[in-house]
Amino acid sequence: MSFRARHLLGIQQLAPDEIRAILDLADKYVDLNRRSIKKSDALAGMTQINMFFENSTRTQASFELAGKRLGADVMNMSVASSSVKKGETLIDTALTLNAMHPDLLVVRHGASGAVSLLAEKVNCAVLNAGDGRHEHPTQALLDALTIRRAKGRIQRLTVAICGDVAHSRVARSNLILLGKMENRVRLIAPPTLMPAGVAEFGCEVFDDMRKGLEGADVVMMLRLQKERMDGGFIPSEREYYHRYGLDAEKLAHAKPDAIVMHPGPMNRGVEIDGEIADDINRSVIQEQVEMGVAVRMACMDLLARNLRAERGAKATGVMV
Amino acid sequence: MTLFLENARIIDPEAGVETIGNVILDGGLIAVIGAGSAPAGARVIDCGGKCLAPGIVDIGVKIGEPGERHRESFRSAGLAAAAGGVTTIIARPDTNPAIDTPEVLEFVTRRAAQAPVRIHHMATLTKERAGREMVEIGFLLDAGAMAFTDFDHVVTDTRVLVRALTYARGLGALVIGHPQDPGLSKGAAVTSGKFASLLGLPGVHPMAERLGLDRDLGLVEMTGVRYHADQITCARSLPALERAKRNGLPVTAGVSIHHLTLNDLDVGDYRSFFKLTPPLRAEEDRLAVLEAVASGLIDVICSMHTPQDEESKRLPFEEAASGAVALETFLPAAMRLYHSGAMDLPGLFRAMSLNPARIMGLPYGRMAEGAPADLVLFDPDAPFVLDRAKLHSKSKNTPFDGQRMEGRVIATFVGGHQVFGAENRMMRDA
Repeated sequence: MSFRARHLLGIQQLAPDEIRAILDLADKYVDLNRRSIKKSDALAGMTQINMFFENSTRTQASFELAGKRLGADVMNMSVASSSVKKGETLIDTALTLNAMHPDLLVVRHGASGAVSLLAEKVNCAVLNAGDGRHEHPTQALLDALTIRRAKGRIQRLTVAICGDVAHSRVARSNLILLGKMENRVRLIAPPTLMPAGVAEFGCEVFDDMRKGLEGADVVMMLRLQKERMDGGFIPSEREYYHRYGLDAEKLAHAKPDAIVMHPGPMNRGVEIDGEIADDINRSVIQEQVEMGVAVRMACMDLLARNLRAERGAKATGVMV
Repeated sequence: MTLFLENARIIDPEAGVETIGNVILDGGLIAVIGAGSAPAGARVIDCGGKCLAPGIVDIGVKIGEPGERHRESFRSAGLAAAAGGVTTIIARPDTNPAIDTPEVLEFVTRRAAQAPVRIHHMATLTKERAGREMVEIGFLLDAGAMAFTDFDHVVTDTRVLVRALTYARGLGALVIGHPQDPGLSKGAAVTSGKFASLLGLPGVHPMAERLGLDRDLGLVEMTGVRYHADQITCARSLPALERAKRNGLPVTAGVSIHHLTLNDLDVGDYRSFFKLTPPLRAEEDRLAVLEAVASGLIDVICSMHTPQDEESKRLPFEEAASGAVALETFLPAAMRLYHSGAMDLPGLFRAMSLNPARIMGLPYGRMAEGAPADLVLFDPDAPFVLDRAKLHSKSKNTPFDGQRMEGRVIATFVGGHQVFGAENRMMRDA
């Protein structure tokens, strides 16, 4: 089965086969990206608009590069500083952009569910580049690709997700994806940063980091999202680092060949020790960035194929 | 005019019984129940064996006057109420400006005369609902205020609150509280739990309601004021309420029809029409609260009718406005409780008509000779699919849009006059 959806709004809507199809195609784009001529015509003639209601450098750059390598015309709208400040609603902004006939809309927004709300109002394919604390599907897919390439598989692994789970859309998307692919997921966080009812998602919950890391194949660190916190969730950064920061001593509780991941940007000395982050034998953080471009190329390629099929079907009157 | 309602299934919430019979309305009152034949000159309405119950007395209806008339006016709310079998509206004071002076109260009282149903008003407890100074409780009572409430602006300064409650007790005034700990519920859009975590929405723990109720009950014990909790929606609030009642505190409680018929999973894919204050609860809470209504621990079912325009709902869930219109869907939604076997019709109308009227000190809500002729004639089994565009409210924000419902209002009577329903089809001269 290949990927059939109109939009990529979350991992929740993907079947394991669709996830595999995305990862398989992304593998091919990894090869392309390592060549000297990194160009495909998968999105030739198509317009991609990156609409970031929240500031982002890394994700926006990754999507921009992915689109350009696929031959799309890419436009970046820094919505965080424009019409929204003048009081325009999300839906009006969407309708305005829709009138410009984009083919792919890459959207990041600070409110959970905002991207799916927007997707209801436009004719093009919408990619969720992160909505509030809800989902960040391309991050989970790039993490999956990184794990699959490092470990040779993306099932029956023990993955520890550690840190600010409560405010993290990365944690949610990863939790869902890893569960769908039949992995053991452990969440490690101080109780104030653990979302309610999360144990019902079929994962193990730890507040002791050393116990949580015991026997883990993958250690996924999360950024402490200071900007989403409206009050003291932790007493201080130094206490947080002492109890939940990943250093060599704590990492020793995981499997000897465990890999270390981080979605970036890192707070060195808060959630992760600089030396661990830079250890090329353990850390795959740079690979994650590389896989990010490839996974986004794969997602956009697949969405564009569906879009073309839909439009072709419309033109010829065939029902799909 | 004398009306003869023939062949009705008469619902008596006071006696807790249903009987088949005839009812004569005369001079604005229920003159005779169970009479054999129509008096000379009366107009006859054939009820066809359908249900005739005391009209609904709805505590806590938001009307957009003053300030938000584009959302709801007294006229549109009145039409919606008549179409929904609500014969008395007890309107909320969280308007803009708030109803916190006798002058504003006189204004809304004048405006409310446009509506085809009875409308009474509540006033705020503190000026501008700011929780700093009590309103002129005495003047407002003289001007007709039914009760005093800041609705969802919980008074956090307990010293201010105790003074207001003590003063209100001296005048015999009723105070309506919104049990909710403001710290815990700050910024919450849904009830916390697995579902909120999955959606990535900020949630409030049900304990926030318990803490709010515990505080309020403590202050009731301290001041002796008559107190009604507007919405009790969580299982863990119930023991505290039960204890307060057992200890003889002058306390009553209500719950909205939405919290009895929907749960937190109904929010689904960020559907903002399901965003309510307080938020929808887990199914276990819904069932526990429903049982408390059936047992009489919770006295009142209300609609918490809260009109919101499209713009304030078509936003990301966290930013969207809270509340749902419900005057017209109240009775059909309540029929779900009847059809599911959770409650019988006299029990439902005790909670929807008799108890709210008693709490407000009004003579309505009774199926008794000599009582005001405020009645609703309805078919509890009539099926339909709700189309929100057809609602009489100016705002169409109902969570029941597109849902299959049972229970249609055939006719509504206020003070012996028919204010809703096709007259010609069923009326004839005796």
